[in-house]
Amino acid sequence: MSIPAEIARRSSPLAAVRKVRMRDYPVIPLAILGIVTLVAIFANQLAPHNPEVGILTARFKPPFWQHGGSTEYLLGTDQLGRDVLSRLIFGARISMVVGFTAVIFAGALGTFLGILSGYLGGWVDQVVMRLTDTWLALPALTFAIFLAAIVGPSMWNIVIILGVTYWTRYARVIRGEVLALKEREFVRLAIVAGCSKWTIMRHHILPNVINSAIVLGSLMLGVVIIAEATLSFLGVGVPPPQPAWGLMLSDGKQGLMVGYWWLTVFPGLGIMLLVLSANLLGDWLRVKLDPQLRQL
Amino acid sequence: MTVIEAAGLTKHFSARRGVFVGKPGTVRAVDGVSFAIGNGTTLGIVGESGCGKTTTAKLVLGLEEPTSGSICFEGRDLRQLDAAGRRRYRKSVQAVFQDPYASLNPRMRISAIIAEPLITNEKVTAGQARHRVDELLELVGLPAHAADLFPHEFSGGQRQRIAIARALALSPKLVVLDEPVSALDVSIRAQILNLLRDLQAQLGLSYLFIAHDLAAVAHMSHTIAVMYLGKIVEMGEARALARAPKHPYTEALFSAALPSHPDERREEVLLPGEVPSPIEPPSGCRFHPRCPRAFTRCAGEVPALRNLEGRLVACHLYDAAETDPAPLPLMAAQIMRT
Amino acid sequence: MAGPPLLELDRLSTHYIAAQGARVVRAVDGVSLRVEAGETLGIVGESGSGKSTLALTLLRVLPPAARIVGGRMLLDGEDLVQKTEPEMQDIRGKKIAMILQDPMASLNPLFTIGNQVAEPIRVHEHETRRTAWQRARALLNAVRIPSPEARVKQYPHEMSGGMRQRIVGAIGISCEPRLLIADEPTTSLDLTIQAQYLNLLRELQRQHGLALIFITHNLGIVAKMCDQLAVMYAGRVVESGPVSRIFNAPVHPYTKALLNAIPRMDDPDRRLNAIEGQPPNLAALPPGCSFAPRCALAMPRCREAAPPEFTPEPGRTAHCWLAEPAAAAGRLIVSGAV
Repeated sequence: MSIPAEIARRSSPLAAVRKVRMRDYPVIPLAILGIVTLVAIFANQLAPHNPEVGILTARFKPPFWQHGGSTEYLLGTDQLGRDVLSRLIFGARISMVVGFTAVIFAGALGTFLGILSGYLGGWVDQVVMRLTDTWLALPALTFAIFLAAIVGPSMWNIVIILGVTYWTRYARVIRGEVLALKEREFVRLAIVAGCSKWTIMRHHILPNVINSAIVLGSLMLGVVIIAEATLSFLGVGVPPPQPAWGLMLSDGKQGLMVGYWWLTVFPGLGIMLLVLSANLLGDWLRVKLDPQLRQL
Repeated sequence: MTVIEAAGLTKHFSARRGVFVGKPGTVRAVDGVSFAIGNGTTLGIVGESGCGKTTTAKLVLGLEEPTSGSICFEGRDLRQLDAAGRRRYRKSVQAVFQDPYASLNPRMRISAIIAEPLITNEKVTAGQARHRVDELLELVGLPAHAADLFPHEFSGGQRQRIAIARALALSPKLVVLDEPVSALDVSIRAQILNLLRDLQAQLGLSYLFIAHDLAAVAHMSHTIAVMYLGKIVEMGEARALARAPKHPYTEALFSAALPSHPDERREEVLLPGEVPSPIEPPSGCRFHPRCPRAFTRCAGEVPALRNLEGRLVACHLYDAAETDPAPLPLMAAQIMRT
Repeated sequence: MAGPPLLELDRLSTHYIAAQGARVVRAVDGVSLRVEAGETLGIVGESGSGKSTLALTLLRVLPPAARIVGGRMLLDGEDLVQKTEPEMQDIRGKKIAMILQDPMASLNPLFTIGNQVAEPIRVHEHETRRTAWQRARALLNAVRIPSPEARVKQYPHEMSGGMRQRIVGAIGISCEPRLLIADEPTTSLDLTIQAQYLNLLRELQRQHGLALIFITHNLGIVAKMCDQLAVMYAGRVVESGPVSRIFNAPVHPYTKALLNAIPRMDDPDRRLNAIEGQPPNLAALPPGCSFAPRCALAMPRCREAAPPEFTPEPGRTAHCWLAEPAAAAGRLIVSGAV
């Protein structure tokens, strides 16, 4: 029919919920991310024990509220007698550092190549896009393990590995945006005004795609944190005795069978909360930064 | 004195049709177009979609390279210009486009938008640039504090003023106006058209004015060129052409224009069918399948543009008439002078 | 004009209510209009004048934030405001149909033309597939689609813009509605195609005794097509009456300014009369007459109280203090000014 879609819908409770979520700040995700960041920064002051050195006589102590636990080790100890709470606190530092730097690294690389590829077109576009096609065809994690096996495990290697693994997603999205922007009249007018390609990419293209890059980055933060945990879990990530959450999961998995649940549940919870907050924040940012959605 | 002269300007695009077994075709977007624009005058180009008017504008702006033909700027062929000459050309030819919402970068302040052509092309201090921005804002009738705002704080008409200010930053000789008022409301349209006419009188600008609103083109232009499927079918002094079209297509086009008054009764020439694809334009005269006055010759032979009482017309109807044998670009220039 | 009109709007108001009632946009505010059967009404206004909201109100397809807050819409004596949603579904397409601006967006790309033209016939008249398709072919024939037998099996992307718009027209008249609302139906069409389409609409109107409402910003369309005219400004009808009376002797200063703002082919050198300033923000209307801040003839009184409806002549209305019977002398000034 020639009548526009049935839009006579009256405002439903669902719409009200959506409105609240769009208007207000995402308090809980921001709070969680804020706390984790603070903990990561002040790990030295907050941690009650050295996370890397344990007392073998105090192995497998349960959290304080369970029988046999003590307030000395609030969340218990692991198989080497190290304090789980202190390891969690220092693990947060590793997750945050690896997560943020890898996302920034991947974002910078992907945005740069995406803009080049989208704006210049031609053979540059062909090369970059075939490269991302190839990249996306590789299973990301396997590829990361492969790289880790070559360069050897260390925290900064992990950052580089995750960066080169995940830049393709940025490149794809940013290239698409650039292709649309390129046809906008202000870009054409900049050409008429005599701006060089470089100037146009820097002044007219980059500021208009940076929002998308930020949104994508917040969504990628979760992916990258999980990837780091996975690599550490598999033993090709952050090398022991550094306390990465993935590594703690890996070390604690045998204990799960005999009732040492605190070894895995706490780092697992940490990963889950962090990834969840990153994703919620990403969703919110997407709505906030997209002018078309914002007008709703 | 002409600012710009185009001779035999041609632009072909290759188009692949079909998904898998596409045979390459050629879109003859602009096919042998010649015109000249005199100092301080306006050439209006009218025609329907696919007639090549926007491609012509892009060729003049240097956004596309012509397949063949030449553009002369102040008497010199662009292809023979050195780097400095090309830069001078770039500075002398600016543009205002249709959509005032898409033509300003949403992330730049108005002062930066207006000053950009200046900063890109000339060595100016921040203070000089700012001074020029204030001058330009005043010229287009905007308050000075507009400089510190962002595009989204302005209405469509105000944005179009900003776009005009920017186009004037380098004191160009020629401004290409591609549908500059189509996106604006009626009352705002009049403001912008008046502003453009005032600026022309004040600064001696030349305009290449492209629009589908025939009354606006007739209002703004000294000369009108009518295009159909990549070719100019008629060109001449604006008022004479609007009053007494010679080419059957011009006649139909102007009769299809909406009346400005309900008591205005005009003879309507209704054209059958639609504009054919420029990939395989009709043989002979490209207009002949829709032409109410076509005869056998029209299908076989391409009519040449010929000078008919001071007007250029490409139509076999006037074959018998006496014509001026002067070469086309020269004639175009002659017409500009009259 | 004996008997009740086909459609009568009586102080109809539609407001957009945002931020829990803190922001009220009076998109349509106390609009009263009449449309007789077989007659054409043009509703003219600039963007933000509320003309499109009025169209959506007539079909009761408003977005969630909009509410009809008062007034009546009588179609054949029945108040559409009081109808339930299922009752409205029966009326839409059957008694009132609508043609929108963008023919590509109005057609579903995944269904054939035949399916889409036949759909309203099957929904409203419960015809079998066979008869519905037969009628669809007849309708395509009526809107001059060549070889409708083949076209019914094709998809929208296989048609040109003009053909698509004619198909949208065919869908509009498929159930022989009494009233067809056309919201800027030709803005995306080329001039010669627009002329074809407007003639087609007029012919369909004559054949089926349709009443037409043209919603447009283009006074040319009104001059060509309409019998009656309503000029909207800031959500109100500021002037209404027979088209030729309004064009010859506008009463409201806004109408007059609008008529003087369009370039005219027969007088290209006349300076356009621009209306200074911008249309008001509908969420924060000035007190008194909303046009007063831009009106050259505004009196202190205009800024204090909004003018009620006056009847300058039988069959005409105007919301302007100058049209007040006591101010007859003032009216002479309006028609003599500029």
